Amino acid sequence: MLVLAAQGGDALSTKIKRIALPISDRDIKSLKCGDSVLLSGSMLTARDASHKKIVEALAGRTDLPFNLDGQTIYYTGATPARPGHTIGSAGPTTSSRMDKYTPMLLEQGLKCMIGKGRRSAKIRQKMLKHRAVYLAAVGGAGALLSRTIKRINLLAYPELGAEAVYRFEVEDFPAVVINDIYGGDLYEMGQSAYRKD
Amino acid sequence: MRRIQCRTITETVASLFQDACIHLPPDVVASLKRAERMEKSSLGKQTIETILENIALAGEERLPVCQDTGTAVIFLEIGQDVHITGGDLTAAVNEGVRRGYDGGYLRKSMVHRPFSARVNTGDNTPAVIHTEIVPGANLRICVLPKGGGAENCSRLSMLPPSRGSEGIIEYVVNLVDECGCNACPPLIIGVGIGGTAEQTMLLAKKSLLRKTRTHNADPEIKGLEKKILDGVNKLGIGPMGYGGSVTALAVHIEVFPAHIASLPVAVNLQCWCSRHREATL
Repeated sequence: MLVLAAQGGDALSTKIKRIALPISDRDIKSLKCGDSVLLSGSMLTARDASHKKIVEALAGRTDLPFNLDGQTIYYTGATPARPGHTIGSAGPTTSSRMDKYTPMLLEQGLKCMIGKGRRSAKIRQKMLKHRAVYLAAVGGAGALLSRTIKRINLLAYPELGAEAVYRFEVEDFPAVVINDIYGGDLYEMGQSAYRKD
Repeated sequence: MRRIQCRTITETVASLFQDACIHLPPDVVASLKRAERMEKSSLGKQTIETILENIALAGEERLPVCQDTGTAVIFLEIGQDVHITGGDLTAAVNEGVRRGYDGGYLRKSMVHRPFSARVNTGDNTPAVIHTEIVPGANLRICVLPKGGGAENCSRLSMLPPSRGSEGIIEYVVNLVDECGCNACPPLIIGVGIGGTAEQTMLLAKKSLLRKTRTHNADPEIKGLEKKILDGVNKLGIGPMGYGGSVTALAVHIEVFPAHIASLPVAVNLQCWCSRHREATL
């Protein structure tokens, strides 16, 4: 629907921003929590097991088989592709499980993360320090999101199966800004606007 | 005595999981449509539209609705006049999971040694199997592929009995306030009350098999379901936690008597992607 709204000239389309990946500093500055965005370009995928491997490699001063500087990581583990398809369903997973590993990735220059659910206060502080943003995709919308993934390349850790690191080339991947670089948090602001105590 | 072949059980389990992961039950879709009409936030409304569009697309393209095709949870109600032949029942169910997940292009998410090595078992087995012996000569198989994100928000408490129903409402609402936005709302909230620690969680899980928004037949329990739903929807978490008036679609409560010293309460959260299917052999 975010995609359709952007194409259909809906009132909401004025709020939808098109962002090229890897994300530029200028785009990072322009994003505010609650913004709807359509992402196009390349992103990496990593989730629990691959984060553990990345952090172990960095701690052991081993070079990573990919560069994190300026990159976007999408927390996902797709279903296997049916024959003739690029990928199966590929929605976001819960981001807080990556909180333990995230500071080290931010130090490597990671600029954007896409997942779902709250980040810890510590991670939000670290994101402010490193001027990185956190976005959410609609949890469970794996079929719809898979349509925006045009090409995939296996980059590292094939032994992890669905948890391996891939490069995704996406077109108009829909997401919502949760944490911007000004300290905004959509989960807090959104809830407080509708909470009835 | 009626004979049921293990082979039939394997085939049934495989096809139930494939169908469950691609097609949501009509009552869940109807509840989401109702939520879309009721939601006051425009971003929340748009989010439910996205969810509904995703459900339709998954059906058309035979793609799993969600990439987390879950732990394979299975409830077997075995008639006491049934004789299962041609193999081992547990092995037959696991073979069904193996074939269903492999042939259906479903994600295999189970890991060995969850506390250390976490190596994927490769075929989504072992299944979590709950069996119950019931009167009759039928075998009822219900499958519930359970996603990890919502399952991680499950909680059990042995409340002091003096807390009563008010204590239960407070406990459930506070839990959703704390972690509801991580569990992919709008949620279906399964609640077990009574029994022992392990049984109350099983009641909570089983309540998720109920048709969405159908109430417990007991008027007092139905009232409690409504109060909890009302409390949860006042939290303002909204669809996917972006803020809004619909945080949960339904609250399902199942109750069992408890020890004079105990008031166990268990919460098993279900994301909006409430997948379950059943067949009777």
